[in-house]
Amino acid sequence: MIARLTAFFALIALPVFADVPVKEVTSPGGLKAWLVEAQEIPFVALELRFKGGATLDPSGKEGAVTLMTGLLEEGTGDLDSQGFAAARDDLAASFSFNPSREIVGVSARFLTDNQDKAIDLLRRALVEPSFPAEAVERVRMQILSNLTAEERDPGAVAAKLFNEITFEGHVYARPSEGTHDSVKALTVEDLKAAHKAALTRENVIIAATGDITAEALGVLLDKLLSGLPEKGGALPGPAEVHLSGQVVTEEFPGPQAVILFGQEGIKIDDPDFFPAFIASEILGGGRFGTRLMTEVREKRGLTYGIGAGFSSLDQAELLTGQVQTANATVKDTIEVIRAEWARLPDISEDELEATKRYLTGSYPLRWDGNANIARALVGLQLQGWPIDYPSKRNGYIEAVTLAQVQAAAKAHFRAKDLSFIIVGRPVGLEQE
Amino acid sequence: MRLLLALALSFIAPLVAQAEEKVTELRLDNGLQVVVIEDHRAPVVVHMVWYRVGSADERSGESGLAHFLEHLMFKGTKTMAPGAFSQLVAAEGGSDNAFTSYDFTAYFQRVAADRLEMVMRMEADRMVNLTLAESDVVTERNVVLEERTTRTDASPEGLFSEQMSATLYLNHPYGRPIIGWRHELEALNREAALDFYKRHYAPDNAIVVIAGDVTPAEVERLAKEYYGPLKASEHITGRERPLEPPQIAERRVIMQDDRVGQPYVIRNYIAPSRQSGAQDEAAALVVLAQLLGGAGVNSVLGRELTVNSKTAVSASAFYDPTGYDGTTFGVYAMPAPGVSLEEAETAVDAALAKFLEDGIGEDEFRRIKAQLTASEIYARDSAMGVARRYGTALTTGLTVGDQQSWPEVLQAVTPEQVMAAAKKVLDRKQSVTGWLQKEAAQ
Repeated sequence: MIARLTAFFALIALPVFADVPVKEVTSPGGLKAWLVEAQEIPFVALELRFKGGATLDPSGKEGAVTLMTGLLEEGTGDLDSQGFAAARDDLAASFSFNPSREIVGVSARFLTDNQDKAIDLLRRALVEPSFPAEAVERVRMQILSNLTAEERDPGAVAAKLFNEITFEGHVYARPSEGTHDSVKALTVEDLKAAHKAALTRENVIIAATGDITAEALGVLLDKLLSGLPEKGGALPGPAEVHLSGQVVTEEFPGPQAVILFGQEGIKIDDPDFFPAFIASEILGGGRFGTRLMTEVREKRGLTYGIGAGFSSLDQAELLTGQVQTANATVKDTIEVIRAEWARLPDISEDELEATKRYLTGSYPLRWDGNANIARALVGLQLQGWPIDYPSKRNGYIEAVTLAQVQAAAKAHFRAKDLSFIIVGRPVGLEQE
Repeated sequence: MRLLLALALSFIAPLVAQAEEKVTELRLDNGLQVVVIEDHRAPVVVHMVWYRVGSADERSGESGLAHFLEHLMFKGTKTMAPGAFSQLVAAEGGSDNAFTSYDFTAYFQRVAADRLEMVMRMEADRMVNLTLAESDVVTERNVVLEERTTRTDASPEGLFSEQMSATLYLNHPYGRPIIGWRHELEALNREAALDFYKRHYAPDNAIVVIAGDVTPAEVERLAKEYYGPLKASEHITGRERPLEPPQIAERRVIMQDDRVGQPYVIRNYIAPSRQSGAQDEAAALVVLAQLLGGAGVNSVLGRELTVNSKTAVSASAFYDPTGYDGTTFGVYAMPAPGVSLEEAETAVDAALAKFLEDGIGEDEFRRIKAQLTASEIYARDSAMGVARRYGTALTTGLTVGDQQSWPEVLQAVTPEQVMAAAKKVLDRKQSVTGWLQKEAAQ
């Protein structure tokens, strides 16, 4: 089943994490996972991320990985869609399969009581999907229906355009769900190929939280994934970010315009990363008191909400934001955003201290609930942080000086590169 | 909602349940109700203040006022500058927000457990000491107008939903949009907001719900210190709302909008909500929504429309069991390519008729019970979620005891009760059916 995806920046959220006992588990079969044991509630949250995702679609077969992923729960062995759903519901387990631009995500929640049965059922979905013809046509229709809906959704139109412009010439520019033509042409053979390419042991990242020991998790992971091939499709190479101050408008009906704005971001191993990250929080943290929220919403009433921040793909870094405003106030809004970008280096000691206090204080608060923790752990691994990152992260923030933040703001928030993608009917805006 | 969240149509029937929660209830002399739900897994606490007032308590002509006031509650008190509330919470690493519905307005902070005192002091302060500058009111009204545009006017689905509700209710204020009709929203002002505040915000019209790493004794001490000195209002009168007359005619809404990407048909029926001490009918409807739409291809509508007849891309059912003056039960279908809305609607009705004829399969029923048991376990994973369920229950006419027994009531539902509830509720005379389409000719 494919639900309506309004996903845009299906990128990885930046890290904020707590001082928690994360264990690295290596299964007897060699799979690695991060685990936090929590016995209070008798269930386990398991997160798998297969790197590659829609970037592995061969040219002309865009959407194959998305359709394949949507079919994982639609039939395996002697179970058809309804049989699979019945077996899953009998176990009161929940599985979700989420395709995106460069990841196939699998989220599972199952009761400790019947975890072996739940894992076996999930294994059958991941390793032995049968792609029954009836389900292929049904899920294909759902995807085509999503594509049609997205053509009329200004947020989705803006996201598509943003990706096309930003990543021109790279597979990141392609729509993950494919196009009407490519999706219509996909065959069961294409889906089998996509399955082989996208679900591999080499490219999987794993985190678990809940009522399970390290040893039991290792055994369970081997049962779950040993049937998958070791290697699959080749991951894409570096992507250049083509954002250099463009202002692009696409006409769209409605009272408001959707504005996406952005420029190239910063790598996590850049020495400026933490100073720049703090600067981004000051500018666009999306909460009250951050500069964009204060200037655009609180002082001028131009929007309901605005935020901006860094995000990273495997092969590119971005600094992006989003706002919606009435067509008549697009011009004013853009001017305010540009001005805020330019004046960002003007940061006071008080502002830095307040932001550090927020970032370090909110850090332990993310540590809440098995499902949240497992998602956070898998996210940290995807970004490439070491396992001791959760315990060190606040120290990195604390160590940043005012001079470093000011310098990073100046170096990495470049108003001349800041690009705007506008979908709507903005008034008084000239293409530059 | 004061800050933007996802604007999804909620087509999901939530399976509400919890188990083994340590819940303590106390009441201060000034009438303030306090509920403590202990969860010691992490050193975090969620502090929520729920007021028993929502958009359905607005006077005719002032739609949007309850939500507008929710925004203005961040604009300062006698001792707190505008915007300072959120900044002080953030300075401690916490987060805060607020939301408004038909029956309640709620404010919450999520902070480290040792910061409970601070947020309690600030919430107690703004319960009685709100001050509003005219300029802040005008700017914030523009923010709310932009919010209305984002949620509703810029979204054909949002506009359609508003038209559906306005048509379903003949007399009850549930027919008015929470965010307010634009022309009435534009006219709201400082005086109206302060008047509403004085009429409805007081300790005896509020419930404090605290979930997390706290003890009831500590909460009691702090609550008495900060909320205790506040005076009870002399004019909290309870809810005086126009009630719905018997509905005797089905209604239709046909909306066309050039921006529609995917047409769909939806039907909302008037339905009973959980009643204190008598929750079994609502529990039966929760099970019904799950049977009809909760499990994709394994639910009645999913199976009949998306697998068997292939008339729909997706089809489901939904039911929110809470509501001070009742609630709604809904079904929807998004037609497959080449299928008209009329045909999709016919398919929905045929599937419902077949269900009413055939009854419930034993396997299906057993499976739903298993899921209900599991959902009790999964639901305990989120302290915020648990706190929200208590707050919602207590502002919609239920008690702590009702909320605690809800999982058992759900478990006790029989197939006969489900069929009886289905026959009663799936009555088109008490419904509105809507088509959202791109243009007249489908």
